[in-house]
Amino acid sequence: MAETGNPQFLRPVTAADADIGQAMTFGPDKPLTLDCGKTLSPLTVAYMTYGNLNAARSNTVLICHALTLDQFVASASPITGKPGWWEMMVGPGKPIDTDRFFVICANVVGGCMGTTGPADICPATGKPYGLDFPLVTIRDMVRAQAMLLDALGIEKVMCVTGGSMGGMQVLQWAADYPDRVVSAVPIACAARHSAQNIAFHEVGRQAIMADPDWKGGTYQLHGTQPGKGLAVARMAAHITYLSETALQRKFGRNLQNREHISFGFGPDFQIESYLRHQGMTFVDRFDANSYLYITRAMDYFDLAAEHDGKLAEAFRGSKTRFCIISFTSDWLFPTVENKRVAHALNATAATVSFVEIQTDRGHDAFLLDEPEMFATVRGFLNSVAAKVGA
Amino acid sequence: MSSALRPDLAAIAEMIPYGSRVLDVGCGDGALLEHLAATKNVDGRGLELSQQNVNACVTRGLPVVQGDADTDLGEYPTGAFDVAILSQTIQATFAPRDVLGHLLRIGRRTVISLPNFGHWRVRLALLANGRMPKTQALGYAWYDTPNIHLCTIADFVGLASEMGAAIERSLSLDENGLTRPMRADAWGPNLLANGAIFLLRGEEGKSS
Repeated sequence: MAETGNPQFLRPVTAADADIGQAMTFGPDKPLTLDCGKTLSPLTVAYMTYGNLNAARSNTVLICHALTLDQFVASASPITGKPGWWEMMVGPGKPIDTDRFFVICANVVGGCMGTTGPADICPATGKPYGLDFPLVTIRDMVRAQAMLLDALGIEKVMCVTGGSMGGMQVLQWAADYPDRVVSAVPIACAARHSAQNIAFHEVGRQAIMADPDWKGGTYQLHGTQPGKGLAVARMAAHITYLSETALQRKFGRNLQNREHISFGFGPDFQIESYLRHQGMTFVDRFDANSYLYITRAMDYFDLAAEHDGKLAEAFRGSKTRFCIISFTSDWLFPTVENKRVAHALNATAATVSFVEIQTDRGHDAFLLDEPEMFATVRGFLNSVAAKVGA
Repeated sequence: MSSALRPDLAAIAEMIPYGSRVLDVGCGDGALLEHLAATKNVDGRGLELSQQNVNACVTRGLPVVQGDADTDLGEYPTGAFDVAILSQTIQATFAPRDVLGHLLRIGRRTVISLPNFGHWRVRLALLANGRMPKTQALGYAWYDTPNIHLCTIADFVGLASEMGAAIERSLSLDENGLTRPMRADAWGPNLLANGAIFLLRGEEGKSS
C-alpha cells in the first residue's frame, strides 16, 4: 500500500513558511524493482504539486529535475529558502501555467530531498545505507515516478518535461510508457551520456572519495561530511554548465577585491571566488553519496543500448508528440546530441519538433531567462492542451 | 486562423493528395502545412532553418525540426513521405543536386518550386547593363544574395531528366504568383515565366 505524509529532509528546514510538499511511502508490498536486480523497500517519494487536477484528469504536467535540483520547482526550497528553480517557466500565467495545468515534480530516487536515497536508514542494518544503497538508473527514477502517479490516480500526463538529467527522464518516460505520455519536452539532454560527460562525473566522484571525511561512504556514522571533496566536485561540474563566452563576459580576468595579483594561491580572480562560493553553498544542501549515485545513473544512461543500439526502436509506434529544445552554446549536451533524438524520432514517423535556441549561456540556459525557450514551451503546450481539452 | 494562402503555395497545395504524409522542406512559418492539415487532413512535417519560423510552427501545433536542407535530409528514411515539398529554396542550397536526390528518395512524389533565371528581364538586364541582374523576383545584389545556385526552367528540367525523375506536372508562375499549366520542355515559359512548380516522381515512386 501507499501512504501520504510529510517528507523528512536530511538538512534542517530553515525557511519555516515554505511549503514542504508531500511524501508518498510504498510499503513492503510495493517494492521498487531496480535495473541492477535489487529491490528497494520501503520507498518514499517526496514531491510537490502546483495547480489543480481537472475533472477529466487530463491536465497533468510532470516535471523531472536535473542532477542537483529537487521538487521545489515553483516555490521556495524549505532548506535554502531560495526561490523555486524554474519559477520563470512554471507558475500562474507562466509558460507552464499553474492556473491551467496540474504540475507535479518528485525528488528522484537516490536523491537527498525526501525521496529514499543513500542517506536514509537501511531497514536491514538500522544504519544509513551509504554504499549499501543499490545503484539506481534513470529508468529506476522514472519507475518510481510512475508508482507515484499510480498512487495519485493519474493515468495519463499531458506533458513530461525537464532539462539535463530531467530531459533523460523525459526520454525514458516516452520510451517506457508511450501510452501514458501525451507529449514530451526534453530540454538540453541526450539519449546517452558521452565519454566526456562521464569523464567529468568521474572527476567529481574521485574528489569526493579522496576526501578523508568520506570514510568509505560511512561519514554519517562518524558525524563528518566530505565537504571539501563535494565542493570540488561541484566546482568542476559547474564549469561544464557554463560556456567560455559567458565566463569571459561575466568574469574575464577580473580580480576579486584587490588591485593586483597576490603572488599566492588565494582567490585572486573573480572566477575562482565564484567557483569556491558555488562549491561551499552546495555542500550545505546536498549529500555526497547522493551525488555519487545520481551521477552514476546519468553515466549509465544509454537509451539506444536498451534497444539493440537503435535509438529509433525506443520510440517505435509512439503516439507521443515531442518538442526537443537545445542551446547553441551548450557543450555538455550539445545540439548534435539533441538532434540525434529528433532524427531517431523522425525515422519512426513520430511527431517531433526541434528548436535550437541561440544563447551564449551554455547548458544552464534552460534554467535562465530565455524568451525563445519560453515562447516555444508556451506555444507547444497550448497546442497540446487544445488537442486533449485541458 | 490562416489568412489567404500565397497563390504559389495554393497551387502546390492543390497537388497534394488528401490524407497524405508530407515533408515541407523550408516550411517557413508553417502556412502551407497548416493549410494542408486543415483542408486535406495531411500528416505534415517541416524542416526549417530559422528559429523564429520554427517557433511560429510549434505554436501552431506543427511538428517542425530546425535544420538545414543541405545537412539534415540524409537523416530521413527512404520513402518515408508521400510527398516532399521544396518551395523557393533549391536555389539557396549549397548542393542542389544532392538535395533533389534526397527529396526524390524521401518522398514518393516531390514538389519543387523555383524562380526562373531564364526570364527575359533577367536575360535583358545582363545583356543591356553587363551587371548581375536584380529583378523584382530576384532582388538581391550579387554579393549578398542567398541564391547561390540559380537556374533556368530548362536547366532544372535537364537536371531532373539526368537524375531519372519523371516530371508529372509543370506549372508556370507569373509575377503575381499565379499559375498556369506549361510544357516543361517548351521554350516559351523559360523566357516568360517568373518561376515554375514541378511535380516529380523519382525511382522510389515508380511503383505507384
